[in-house]
Amino acid sequence: MRVLIPGISGGIARRLALRLRDNGHEVAGIDIRPWRDAPKDIQVHPVDVRKRAAEDVFRRWKPEAVVHMATVTAFTVPGGERGRINLDGTKALFDHCATHGVKQVLFVGRHTFYGAAPDSPLYHSEDEPPRALEAIPELADLVAADLYAATALWRMPEVTTAVLRLVYTLGTPGTGTLANLLRGKRVPMVLGYDPLFHVLQEEDVVTALQLALEKKVRGIFNVAGPAPVPLSVIIRGTGRTPVPLPSPLFSVLMGRAGFPRLSVGATDHLRYPIVVDNKRFLEATGFQYTFDEGRILRAYADALPVDRAGHGG
Amino acid sequence: MTRLRQGRPSGAQWGTRAPRAKPPRGATVRPVPQSESLSERVERLQLPFNEYGVDPYGISKKHLKLALEFFAFLYRNYFRVRCTGVQHIPKQGRGMLVGNHSGGVAVDGMMVLTSTLLEMDPPRLAQGMVERFIHKFPVASLWASRTGQFTGLPEHAVRLLEDDRLLMIFPEGARGTAKLYPDRYSLVDFGTGFIRLALQTRSPIIPFAFLGGGAAIPTITNAYALGKLLGMPYIPLTPYLLPLPLPVGLEIHYGEPLVFEGTGDEEDHVIQGYVDQVKARIQQLIEDNRAERNLRRTRRLLP
Repeated sequence: MRVLIPGISGGIARRLALRLRDNGHEVAGIDIRPWRDAPKDIQVHPVDVRKRAAEDVFRRWKPEAVVHMATVTAFTVPGGERGRINLDGTKALFDHCATHGVKQVLFVGRHTFYGAAPDSPLYHSEDEPPRALEAIPELADLVAADLYAATALWRMPEVTTAVLRLVYTLGTPGTGTLANLLRGKRVPMVLGYDPLFHVLQEEDVVTALQLALEKKVRGIFNVAGPAPVPLSVIIRGTGRTPVPLPSPLFSVLMGRAGFPRLSVGATDHLRYPIVVDNKRFLEATGFQYTFDEGRILRAYADALPVDRAGHGG
Repeated sequence: MTRLRQGRPSGAQWGTRAPRAKPPRGATVRPVPQSESLSERVERLQLPFNEYGVDPYGISKKHLKLALEFFAFLYRNYFRVRCTGVQHIPKQGRGMLVGNHSGGVAVDGMMVLTSTLLEMDPPRLAQGMVERFIHKFPVASLWASRTGQFTGLPEHAVRLLEDDRLLMIFPEGARGTAKLYPDRYSLVDFGTGFIRLALQTRSPIIPFAFLGGGAAIPTITNAYALGKLLGMPYIPLTPYLLPLPLPVGLEIHYGEPLVFEGTGDEEDHVIQGYVDQVKARIQQLIEDNRAERNLRRTRRLLP
């Protein structure tokens, strides 16, 4: 199968590209970020997904499947540009898929879609709406992109579309939202709260994406591995020290005194859990994780010990 | 057609005044071996804890042990809780403990939770469906989450029951904890959602009566404006102002399970009929044990 991966230079996307190639698929990617040591048999087109040149890739290469991983979070791209990348980029990709006969699309979204609120159910099923967007405005464009991608299920019935809401990845590259929080020696928590967090090892993420592609799943799916664990367990399990801060101090100290820079809405996410029910995905694909929570945390602590971690260490 | 069975072994129709099991006078109400530590009881909980001692809902052994140390002191020494009928609670599998609110703060919930941990063998954790405001407050949110006390949402109840957990439900809701001292043995209107849940999930209802909470926290009025200001439904006020519980003896009496049959999609009047039966059963448990409670008190005063 010819698989095009927009956003191929990201950590997970690279691993997915290599895995798919090793399993006999033809793989190409689109990303304005470089992948310098990309293998020769994986073409990386350094173009913006929103530009004409991206459509040329579709026209010339004629992908059969697209794994859309070209969305960004508040940690990597701030402000209005993030919204344009996430929403306009997603629209452009689905338009190209419709125009150029792509048979299958995987939209790789995030489980933070559901939002963190004190009165929402602990386990979110795929049928639930996003909540508390007013508390975490940085999520609005990702939520919009997710909902837009889901419209392809009825707008483009000839395309097998799957919207995957993936939990946090925690792996050895030390990249991603949760890894950014765990970068320093001291990790902030909101005093009096200890929400549950899902973690999934990067190899398991790649396996889940590969299964979704090869099983040609259609619909909306939460993708998770081991059961969630409290944030304090993750912090201690990765060799860090939790520092509970009263809410008023929290936003003042972020980005200072060795604490990571966090987005405006992070305090609510550090108060209330976002936990997902992955039953539908397991039934559709037979996915089984290989790294349990203990193995994930120990592997992360070994790969990124505090003294080798970034700022705040 | 719906059918009601009461008392799983007998299958007798409820409402025919089937004989109720009462412990013989003088019988010990605490069959738990005292040699077993509280920590050991938490270890014996049949919950799928991971290597960090946390289950898939975030219930933590560490927090349960700490909470039980405090609750067990209150249960055994401060409130000297008298508990009967724990044999009616299923040792495994789903079940709904449904009872009356007694007292202006959650002493009733805490003591019911403690009773299933201390009196049952093997111990079980009763998971309460708590008011929404609890999880808005720091510390309260953390401890409620780590001890398995979740917001009272149908999604939580269904998931927990389908996971064969033991649920603790007070169908009177916040109106139940607002009862004033003179109304301490009365019941306010029950919600109907718990019956639909029981039918939908095929869960037995274990009715219980909680006595003494109204005397432990003698509410004379509820400060609704102050409560709203603090983000709660109300603040109960006592003759000594604060709703701190007095060391009054508390009682929990579990009755025989009620099993209703149906789908949960029944008409409102059918559901209301079941609700009324559960309510009447709880009222009967209250009245029966209230009489004994008064008798014990009289004997103590007039030996």
